[in-house]
Formats: sequence, structure tokens, C-alpha cells
Amino acid sequence: MKLTLKIWRQENANTKGKMVTYPIDGVEGDMSFLEMLDVLNEELINKGEEPVEFDHDCREGICGACSLQINGEPHGPDKLVTTCQLHMRSFKDGDTIVIEPFRAKAFPVVKDLIVDRSSFDRIQHAGGYISVNTSGNTIDANSIPINKHDADDAFAAATCIGCGACVAACKNASAMLFTSAKVSQYALLPQGQVEAADRVQEMVRQMDEEGFGNCSNTGACEIECPKGISLENIARMNREYMSANTKG
Amino acid sequence: MGGLIKSSVAKKFAMALSGLFLVLFLGQHFVINFTSVISPDTFNELSHFMGTNFLVQALLQPILIFGVIFHFVMGFVLEIRNRNARAVNYVSYNGAANSSWMSRNMIWSGLAILAFLALHFYDFWVPELVHKYVQSHPEDATRYYGETIAKFESPVRTGLYVVAFVFLMLHLLHGFSSSFQSIGWNNKYSKGIRNFTVAYAIIIPLGFIFIALFHYINNL
Repeated sequence: MKLTLKIWRQENANTKGKMVTYPIDGVEGDMSFLEMLDVLNEELINKGEEPVEFDHDCREGICGACSLQINGEPHGPDKLVTTCQLHMRSFKDGDTIVIEPFRAKAFPVVKDLIVDRSSFDRIQHAGGYISVNTSGNTIDANSIPINKHDADDAFAAATCIGCGACVAACKNASAMLFTSAKVSQYALLPQGQVEAADRVQEMVRQMDEEGFGNCSNTGACEIECPKGISLENIARMNREYMSANTKG
Repeated sequence: MGGLIKSSVAKKFAMALSGLFLVLFLGQHFVINFTSVISPDTFNELSHFMGTNFLVQALLQPILIFGVIFHFVMGFVLEIRNRNARAVNYVSYNGAANSSWMSRNMIWSGLAILAFLALHFYDFWVPELVHKYVQSHPEDATRYYGETIAKFESPVRTGLYVVAFVFLMLHLLHGFSSSFQSIGWNNKYSKGIRNFTVAYAIIIPLGFIFIALFHYINNL
């Protein structure tokens, strides 16, 4: 199929970007979105032009590296998929596709479609961990009884791949879904209880420091999340945070 | 404590609590107003009670005024941060693909309600203050019904009230249920609460519209 691509090009974080239009032909429905961009880049390189920079790694939907805003939606029109798992059969011949980077003050553009998501790493560093005694007497996690409901919810929260689609989808560029998933995956398990109060306070503090917006409960993050992380996590984080602060 | 007050979670928590308080007040306001349709005497009695009771005037009214001002000021504070969180806007942003119009436009429905409150205070609160504290008229427990329905002689004012109540409906359709999420209430009861909030958000503003139109038509 023939497509028209409108792609955000930006030299670096200090320059202004602009949309550039590229026609592309011979796109197959079975190509992934990133393979389609690979074809475009081959053409650009052959013409002596600068290829379009975009993030990618596993191309299996599990690493969270790909991060494109496609026709106004993070990871494109399909639900529960990352950009690398989006296939060109979701588009039709003659379509115009607008491709932009995930936009947030806390996700500055590095180049073209690549954004710096290290703000997520700093939120994780602030409290997204547990302390485990590794002196040789480490207790096997599976030996601690955990009810299935909590185990399932913790696992569901832990499936967050930190891609940033929640921030990209949110009209406020809020990182509440990401942060709440990272808080919840420990808050629901006995191993996470020791540092529970500090964790939620520190991660929310770091999230606010990074300049993300507030949660307006629009639900856009949950809809666009490729892993289907639930809004219930945000409510849990709100409870954990207020409880941690009122206990002193 | 300083960190708590500055945090986005606590601000949203406080915003939600003030919103829930205003929703409660709205229900009470509606019940009293609705009596103007079914019994002018009851409306006069209730209005007289609300206008003269010490507890209502000295305690509840200041709390209400604080709640209204807090909700609006906090709304602006949150909106400013939200707008700053995205320095460059998307060229293409398909908000309708993942969220409701109401949830994305709370600031605009809120501003419409703020404009309505200015009109509403000009219509009712300011004349009440002048009547009681400037002109120092003697108490007349039968004046409220006549003063109220007189306001709905104007088709323009009645129309503005109807439009404002539509914005109120849009605001409540998202805000009421959203406030439960902000205070951390998302559990097995959430579906029931959501259904209740949607019904409340539709019925109460429609009721206010009915009252305004009822008195306008009666005045013809």
C-alpha cells in the first residue's frame, strides 16, 4: 500500500522540531510499524538523507523501548499492543499517518522520535525496590503464603513495562499510572510491607519533582496502556500515600 | 507535612473532598428549591430557616463559601501544573479515542459554573445581604417565594440558568465519580457508585432546569 507519513523531525533537545512529510510505497500489511519505518530509513539513507531516529529494542512487546504517538494515540490505534507489535494491516492504502514522539516536559526529545524517559528510572530509584537479606539465609519468596487475588493484582501491576504510553496519552502528561503500578506491585505483597510508607512517599515526591501533571481520572492511560494496567492501582497509591502521611 | 501539602496526590485528595462536599450541598439546595414547585409555603419556611438560623448562617455558610472558593482555586492550581507538564502540544491528539469529553474539559465546565455563580450571587445572595444588613428590613418569612419566581420572568436569565445547569451536568458526570478515585475508593462497590453518580449528575441538574422552566412558564 501507499502511505503518506508525517513525521516529527527534531535535531536535538535544544532545537525546534517540525513535521516533515514522506510518501512511502510498497508497504505490506504483515510488516510491523517499526519495519515500515525501517523501509523508510533505507530509502532515506540511499538518498543520502538523515534517517528518522526512533527507539526500539526487543520488538516483542516486552521491553517498553518503542514509544511513538501514532495518529494521536500512543502505540497507535490498536489496543494492548506496543508500537513494535502494531502491524500495517491496521492501516489502509492511501492513509496519512502522523508520527510524533511521546510529549511531556518530563520526557524531553533527544532526537526526532526518541525521548528521554530517565525520569521513570529516577522514580523507580526513589523507592521501587525491596530490601532482601542475602546473607545466605534468604527465604524463598514462594514459601510465604499469599492469597491468589493479591498475587494476581501484584503480578498485573508488575507487567508495566515503563514505556510511558500512560504519560503520552494523558492530557496532563501525568505519570500516576506508571508510579502507582510500581507502588502496587510491592504494596500487595508481604515482602513490600517493610518499606511501604517510605516507598510511596518517595516515589510520589520524585514523580512530582520530575514535572509530570496531575491525574484527572480521564482513564486515557488505562485505555492506551499496552499492558492494560488498571486505574485501581492509582486509587491504591492514593490510599497508600494518604495513609503513609497521616501515620507520620 | 510540607511535602504532603505540596504533593499532587494530596491536592487531588483535597479537590475531591471539596467536590464531594459541594455535591452534598447541591442535593440539599435542590430539595429546598423543588419545594417551590409543590408548596410555596414550605419553600418560604425552609428559606426562612436557612436565612435566619444561627448555625446555618454562622457555621455552614462560611464553610460552604470556603468550599466553593477552595474548589475553584485548587482547580486553577491543578490546571496550571497540568498545562506546564506538556511544553509542546501534539500536532495530532485523539483524546476521544480514550476518554470522555467531560473528563478532558472539567476546567471549561468549571469556568461556566463559576460564571453562573457570579450571576446567581448577583441574583440572590447580594439582594439577600442588602435586604438583611444594608436596608435592615424586618424579618418577613413569606417574601422568599415571590422574590424567587420574579427572577424567572426574564427569558434571558432563565435561558442562562438552563445552559449553566447543562454545564453542571457535564461537570458532575465526570467529577462526582472521579472524586471517589482521587480519595482512593476503587473497589467492588465502584460500579454501583458510578451508576449512582451518573444518575445524580443527570437528575439533579435536570431537576434544576425543570424548576427554572416551571417558574418561567408560570410567569407567562
